[in-house]
Amino acid sequence: MSSVRLIYFAWIRERIGRAEDAFDVPPSVINLGQLLDWLAARGPGYKAALSDRRAIRMAMDQEFAGPDQALKPGCEVALFPPVTGG
Amino acid sequence: MIRVQVQDFDINAEISNLSARSGAAGAIVTFTGLVRGGSGPSDIEAIYLEHYPGMTERALQALEGQARARFDLQDVLIIHRIGQLAVGAQIVLVITISAHRQAAFDAANFLMDRLKTDAPFWKAEISAGKTHWVDMKDGDIARAERWAD
Repeated sequence: MSSVRLIYFAWIRERIGRAEDAFDVPPSVINLGQLLDWLAARGPGYKAALSDRRAIRMAMDQEFAGPDQALKPGCEVALFPPVTGG
Repeated sequence: MIRVQVQDFDINAEISNLSARSGAAGAIVTFTGLVRGGSGPSDIEAIYLEHYPGMTERALQALEGQARARFDLQDVLIIHRIGQLAVGAQIVLVITISAHRQAAFDAANFLMDRLKTDAPFWKAEISAGKTHWVDMKDGDIARAERWAD
């Protein structure tokens, strides 16, 4: 098991209904793509928020990261839509 | 220098502060982004800007570093506001200072193009009490990619 802090932004936070979570994820979850699969199975809000993977961007420990990024124990993972500042 | 803040900014005060520190300055370029309104009945009243505390500041600092490495700049300032902003309000300020104008023009252009795709901010439009998260524009990606190394 490795512990992961998850933070959600914009409509992803609204669909999940929470701003953040702390989870112990099973050892079979080794990268960010697998983390999304695992998360989507945790309830209807998570499933709805994560249904369109093309609309999801991620960061691990505050650096942009892709689905192949290996999960580090104790890391902070953020899920958010494509950025729209400026 | 970068700042992420709720409060408004005074462009003239920021220019004065920055140029006072830049003895070799020959050119100052400023860009100010505003909350754009419209003319129809369903038009937005305000926007709400969210950020990722920590990562947003790091991303803006990284952009400043890239601009300084790429262009011959005396100084750089990026201010981005967060929270609820009414139509017409100032959202973002970029000031670039250089000895000659081209570096300042190019750096300001570079910073705004890359800020649009690299800095974690999310914008929602507020209209008739409803919130609508804005989608990324394909044109923004194309503009940012012009600066790929």
